[in-house]
Amino acid sequence: MTKFVLARLASALLIIFGVSCLVFMLMHLIPGDPIDVMLGETAHPTDKDALRKAMGLHLPLHIQLLHYLQRLLHLDLGTSIHSGRAVTTILLERFPATLELGAGAITIAMLVAFPLGIFAALRQHTVIDAGAMAFALTGVSIPNFWLGPLLIMGGALWLGWFPVSGRNGLLSLVLPALTLGTAMAAILSRMIRSAVLEVIHEDFIRTAQAKGLGATQTVFRHALRNALLPVLTLLGLQFGALLSGAVITETIFSWPGIGSLMIEAIQQRDYPIVQGTILWISLMYIGINLVTDVLYALADPRIRLRHPS
Amino acid sequence: MIRLWVPLFILGVWSVMAIIGPALPITPNHIDLTQILTTPSATAWLGYDDIGRSIGDRLIVGARTSFLVAFSVVFIASIVGSCLGIIGAYWGGWVDHLLIRIIDIFLAFPGILLAIALAGAMGPGIENVVLALACVGWVGYARLARSQVLAIKEADHVTAARALGASSGRIMFRHLLPLLSAPLIIELSFGVASIVIAEAGLSFLGLGVQPPDASWGSMIRDGTRYMLVAPHVVIAPGVALMLVVFAINVLGDWMRDWLDVKSLTRER
Repeated sequence: MTKFVLARLASALLIIFGVSCLVFMLMHLIPGDPIDVMLGETAHPTDKDALRKAMGLHLPLHIQLLHYLQRLLHLDLGTSIHSGRAVTTILLERFPATLELGAGAITIAMLVAFPLGIFAALRQHTVIDAGAMAFALTGVSIPNFWLGPLLIMGGALWLGWFPVSGRNGLLSLVLPALTLGTAMAAILSRMIRSAVLEVIHEDFIRTAQAKGLGATQTVFRHALRNALLPVLTLLGLQFGALLSGAVITETIFSWPGIGSLMIEAIQQRDYPIVQGTILWISLMYIGINLVTDVLYALADPRIRLRHPS
Repeated sequence: MIRLWVPLFILGVWSVMAIIGPALPITPNHIDLTQILTTPSATAWLGYDDIGRSIGDRLIVGARTSFLVAFSVVFIASIVGSCLGIIGAYWGGWVDHLLIRIIDIFLAFPGILLAIALAGAMGPGIENVVLALACVGWVGYARLARSQVLAIKEADHVTAARALGASSGRIMFRHLLPLLSAPLIIELSFGVASIVIAEAGLSFLGLGVQPPDASWGSMIRDGTRYMLVAPHVVIAPGVALMLVVFAINVLGDWMRDWLDVKSLTRER
């Protein structure tokens, strides 16, 4: 097991290195002189030179990359051009809001998906099943940047139950979390349905039924426990969709998280922040995938035996 | 059969509007100040937007934008991705190793996050949207092609072709590629749906097509400011977008069942 964890950790570190290099290169994709882009072409040459020196942009590319990686090791992501504050500080300020939104969305998704998926599988080929799958298909087809405005229209403007935007208490979390959670609920309920369907015809389920276990016990004690393993990994992967969805959702609801920070930074051409946010979000994603992999291997010994490396 | 014909009809309307759009007598950028936020009526089925432009006309132009972006991106990404995937899996060794590492790095950016950052860095515009989405999109095809080739490269017909002296290129493209087509087509169809959403998403964020050109995403963004007085401005492009994505997803599901490669493609 230790060997498996170490191997996964090593490959995660390699990926983090690659991601950092790519994020560094992003800055150099900006057409023209990034200094011109940031300060405007009419800026005074002394100011331009000062900024160039301050950001180390006058050095050769590979030296810049080295410096960049060196600073990353000290958790230094540079300073914001707009506010002059450390990017790490700003990220840490904004992070709790994103975490809260993500937790809200996952809670909603699970509350919807588990009953829906299990019920649809147990009542396969009925109206319930068809309805649940129609919901799932609608859920994956509805883009969050449309669902968000619709929810604002319905829940905030017409009904007046929830605030239109901002982060102010639990009520303000409802609409953004619904917006972000719907697609996940849809995908998750499809997965849970097919996972339950797969195990429901297995011998051990028939045995459980034959020995006289009730339907509830059969489902929860025998079917679900076996069906949930594949769902676990896919949940980890879905977390990525959640993170990138948060960028749009936070923008719609003016939710003060990492996602809206990234879009604000793009609009203000505050590139250190853009780099910082994208790096931060990918690191989270890599970390979560690592954790799911390890959990999965812990839960299912076949996995860690299959990958001896 | 309803699962085939309804989506085909929706997609047919979408493609026809996109292709013959420029030939239609429409005035998507014509501003009529007396019509600002006019609700739908018999003369203008979908009403007018916040500066008095016909929403119906703009939807047609938006269809063209999304169609154009979706097909260019899927075209570029699928060719680059599957070529790299086939080459990596066929040659193996360090080539394959490098490919896996690069794929892993790209997959470490969740969803369209990298595309957002790329489009943000390169600046707005439709070409940059295509570039950014293609840069992110090839990975899926590469991974799919690679895993498929790994499974079939030891097949008897490949050994036979090699024994007959066929070149590597011939084996890859005449003997391996055709066997990948079924899963690739399914990946392609779902790919179009996700690119349509991604383009609209980038435009919604202001990184896509620039005004006065229309995109469904930017129409939704512009409309959100007038939701209370004129909900039709947001509803029309959203319904259009959802219908297209819904149709592609239903069609993709249908094809997956029809071609019976369910076990080969990943669950979405």
